[in-house]
Amino acid sequence: MARIIVVTSGKGGVGKTTTSAAFAMGLAERGHRTVVIDFDVGLRNLDLVMGCERRVVFDFVNVIQGEARLGQALIKDKRNPKLFILAASQTRDKDALSVEGVGKVLEELAQDFDYIVCDSPAGIEKGATLAMYFADDAIVVTNPEVSSVRDSDRMIGILSSKSRRAEQNLEPINERLLVTRYSPERVARGEMLSLEDVREILALDLLGVIPESGSVLNASNSGVPVILDQESNAGQAYSDMVDRYLGGELPHRFITPEKKGLLGRLFGG
Amino acid sequence: MALLDFFKQKRNTGSASLAKERLQILVAHDRAGPGPSYLPQLQRDLLQVIRKYVAVDPDAISVQVEHEGNQEILELNIVLPEA
Repeated sequence: MARIIVVTSGKGGVGKTTTSAAFAMGLAERGHRTVVIDFDVGLRNLDLVMGCERRVVFDFVNVIQGEARLGQALIKDKRNPKLFILAASQTRDKDALSVEGVGKVLEELAQDFDYIVCDSPAGIEKGATLAMYFADDAIVVTNPEVSSVRDSDRMIGILSSKSRRAEQNLEPINERLLVTRYSPERVARGEMLSLEDVREILALDLLGVIPESGSVLNASNSGVPVILDQESNAGQAYSDMVDRYLGGELPHRFITPEKKGLLGRLFGG
Repeated sequence: MALLDFFKQKRNTGSASLAKERLQILVAHDRAGPGPSYLPQLQRDLLQVIRKYVAVDPDAISVQVEHEGNQEILELNIVLPEA
């Protein structure tokens, strides 16, 4: 039985697609058959971040509407044979998705995969609500910044009231917090909300902290999930997050300012 | 510059605490939702009754529902004109 995970946030640009790509690759690297689905119909980007944009022939909407079989639309990752991508349509709009259609595709995927990662679009409209509707687990991606925290709180409310699990009175979605673009230096200077602040406001268990890092842009520039850049702090933090999701107990890293020498402190850098 | 920053920081408490304070209020308000759907009608009815006795402005009355623990408090605020 597959586990369905939604990566969501409410606000755009906080790192949902970066996280979906890294998380799915991390699961596959640990031997799990994983598929990652782009729910952002009309504004697809997951294929670009995963580096398979030129191999999209059929997409999620084609499958829902019976224009292609699932096997034709699934794109096999070139780096990891256990990882598949289902792209969103770039030409249709979000009304092409329906609860029945999405449910049917997920059911079929559940036969073959261990994990189904749903990359939610921003906002609280159809694409976003359908991405989370069937979820067993949710990763709420939040930047330590007022508008992102507020939108995440709104999303948490929707997750607990408008999902399949909520409607059928099942065990609620397991929601966990991922703080991204965290800058311990700025937190130390009192310029940025701290992890404790964000956790206190959102009252969610912390799945991981991804530090602000130039390697995220580098990775998306080259179409490589940042988790494959194990030289970088962000890549390592995503690895930790995947291990924690799978039940490992790891301390959070990259949450305190990097120590500078005396000269560094005096002259900056 | 870094040396200067070091001294400046001591006095600068940063904006993060303000962000937290604003968020806590906002999130509590968001979670409470828009309140019962009868509120606007209740506000109009109350205004009519009060206007029988005192000439108040239409916007001088506010009706809100506040949540405290598991209690709901209906808060009614009417500003009477100066005599």
